[in-house]
Amino acid sequence: MAAGGKGSAKTAAAPAKPARDRVGVAIVCLVSWLVPGAGHLQLGRRAKGLVFLIALPAMFGIGLYLGGRLFPFAWSEPLVALAAVADLGVGVWYFAAKFAGAGGGQVVAATYEYGNTFLIVAGLLNFLVMLDAFDIALGRK
Amino acid sequence: MTSHLFWLTVFAFFVSLVFAMLLRDTPREQLRIGALMFAAFLAAALVLGWLMFPFPL
Repeated sequence: MAAGGKGSAKTAAAPAKPARDRVGVAIVCLVSWLVPGAGHLQLGRRAKGLVFLIALPAMFGIGLYLGGRLFPFAWSEPLVALAAVADLGVGVWYFAAKFAGAGGGQVVAATYEYGNTFLIVAGLLNFLVMLDAFDIALGRK
Repeated sequence: MTSHLFWLTVFAFFVSLVFAMLLRDTPREQLRIGALMFAAFLAAALVLGWLMFPFPL
C-alpha cells in the first residue's frame, strides 16, 4: 500500500529533468548553497525555489534580530566550530551579515538562544535544500 | 518581543514549511504534511514543557 502511495505521488510530481554532467551538478549545488532556493529555480522548480528563497533568509534574519550569534570557527571548541559550519550553510546571507557587522550575539538577551537556533537551523536546512537540488540535478527526483 | 511561545510557533512554522516542500511534491500533500508537522511541533513542545514543570533547574 505504501509503495502504491509513493508511486502515485511520483507520477503527480513534475517530471524529472535529464541528468546533468558533473560540472552542471556542481554548479547547481554551489548556486543552491550561495542563494537558498536558487538551485531549485535554476532547475525549474519555481514553487519550491521561491519558498526557500523567502523562508531561509527570513529565518536567518529573525535569528539576527533575536540577538543570535554567528559563531567563530574555533576548532579548539568543536561544538562552536560545528555551529559556525551550520551558520555558514545559509550562503551569501552569512557573508552579508558578517560584512555588515551583524551577528555579534547578545548573550544577555532573553532571546539569545532562540536567535542561535534560528541561525543554525536556517543554515542546516539550506544544506538539505542543497542535497535536494543535487538529487533533482542528477534526475533522481 | 520575548514571548517564547511566539518564537517557538514562528520556528515551527518555518521548519514545517521547508520540510513539507522538501518531502512532498504536490501542493495538497505538502499542505497536509506541513500542517501535521506544525501541529506535532507545538504539541510536543507544550507536552514536554508541562512534563518538565515540576522539576527545578
